[in-house]
Amino acid sequence: MIQAVRLRKHYGQTKAVDDLSFVVRPGRVTGFLGPNGAGKSTTMRMILGLDTPTGGDVTIDGKYYSELKQPLRKVGALLDAKWVHPNRSARAHLKWMAVSNKIPVSRVNEVLEIVGLTEVAHKKAGGFSLGMSQRLGIAGALLGDPEVLLFDEPVNGLDPEGILWIRQFMHRLADEGRTVFVSSHLLSEMAQTAQDLIVIGKGKLISQTTTEQFIADATQDHVRVRSPHALKLREILVAHATVTEDAVDGALVVHGIPAQQIGEIAAENQIVLHELSPQRGSLEEAFMQLTKESVEYHAH
Amino acid sequence: MTLLAVERIKLFSTRSPYWCAALAIAMAVGFSALLAANAETVSVDLTQAGSRLALVVVLVLGALAVTTEYRFGTIRATFLAVPNRTSALVAKTAVVAVVAGVIGEVVAFGSWAMAKVIKPSADLAINSGAEWRNVAGVGLMFAIGAVLAVAVGILVRQTAGAVAILLVWSMLLENLVGIIPKVGVKIQAWLPFMNADHFLAVNPPSQAESEAAGAVVYKLSQWGSLGYYAGIAIALLVVALVVAKRRDA
Repeated sequence: MIQAVRLRKHYGQTKAVDDLSFVVRPGRVTGFLGPNGAGKSTTMRMILGLDTPTGGDVTIDGKYYSELKQPLRKVGALLDAKWVHPNRSARAHLKWMAVSNKIPVSRVNEVLEIVGLTEVAHKKAGGFSLGMSQRLGIAGALLGDPEVLLFDEPVNGLDPEGILWIRQFMHRLADEGRTVFVSSHLLSEMAQTAQDLIVIGKGKLISQTTTEQFIADATQDHVRVRSPHALKLREILVAHATVTEDAVDGALVVHGIPAQQIGEIAAENQIVLHELSPQRGSLEEAFMQLTKESVEYHAH
Repeated sequence: MTLLAVERIKLFSTRSPYWCAALAIAMAVGFSALLAANAETVSVDLTQAGSRLALVVVLVLGALAVTTEYRFGTIRATFLAVPNRTSALVAKTAVVAVVAGVIGEVVAFGSWAMAKVIKPSADLAINSGAEWRNVAGVGLMFAIGAVLAVAVGILVRQTAGAVAILLVWSMLLENLVGIIPKVGVKIQAWLPFMNADHFLAVNPPSQAESEAAGAVVYKLSQWGSLGYYAGIAIALLVVALVVAKRRDA
């Protein structure tokens, strides 16, 4: 279990992480979601003791990372797949890590096998593709057979096959009872990977909930209605629902009642309809809506 | 011991230490060959003239051992595996110092042997204590230099910056200080690389002779100079360790 309590990290005036509290539970994949620059990586670095918090603290099963005797046996992390010396072979990279935590060197071959890098184990890591580097990073995270796993944007730059592999892999790790904490800036990705979500924006907690709940809350259904008697229809509908107008084509956008009921109301009042279409809000739209206020850089 | 093994694997699983070692040895031994071939008389301390060149390469090796870790992010991987940053970095320093010491001995005896091969007639027997210190002491001087280089590497974190500082400091700055009228030589008596050279000298002029010649008057004995040089290196390392511990990795 990872627990953050009022975690803060300030760089001068910039509040990279601000008063962030959350809990990551074992046996589930927890997504750490937020736009770029929201403070996800900074938070992960603080969990791992690489960065010192300005205030508050974050612990793993009640202990600071720096208090762990053989940390790789407790926590496995993939923060950046590029953290490998380009002239060092994949095997040598994993070997020094294993030795540092008294993990049997035979485990190196095991994890290489798990991530499918056995054949290139003796090759220089500098020549690896991004996908191979990610796999090497994951091998490093798995080395100590840890209970807690952290992945920072693990699917970045992966092909669809690699993405699917990582997704299934994280589910397997969680099913084995491990704590899996994975960050992403893509809600669509997290929707398929994570069971729980911690959503942050500009370093602040926006929401901590199950993915299901988050999506249900975020993507409200609505119905698009077009009618030559739009004004009249609108007057009738406001008694039953919230009605707004589509800025582009002037269609009515009705929240709160299903399409079926709108049709019945229209029929009762003998109003002709040209369109009656139920819409489901897109996940990305909802996410953007939610984090709009907290995106650091906007495109205009 | 574990951490020493870790740093040994890390150092020897990249190419730069091999290149640096080969370059250091080739430069010094080659220099010795040139001198032996061209000099009228060859003495033991003349065979060691190239060791100062080799030292520069070893300083680069020491700095690279740290700065490449920062460059490629492996320092973070290291701190994840070993959260006690001080012990991880001390282990690294120790491994680099031992490697530098070994290179120093190979440089010293290699240069000596090369001169002997080229000028078999020259009297190159190492028989006085001063001559032993002059030759075998090179390893010590290199090992301490490596500690200093690692410390600079930790503080600066960038290869270009660290290497520039070390080169300018060891090759240029300490010599240039002597140009400052009156106080220059007094300051030089307390500069680390000057003291390292003083330690290796076979027949250092006496204090009176130095004073008369307007040269650097060392206040320390030759072993005292080595201790001083080592003290500076360790002090710098301690500062670097404190900074590394406080800094975000």
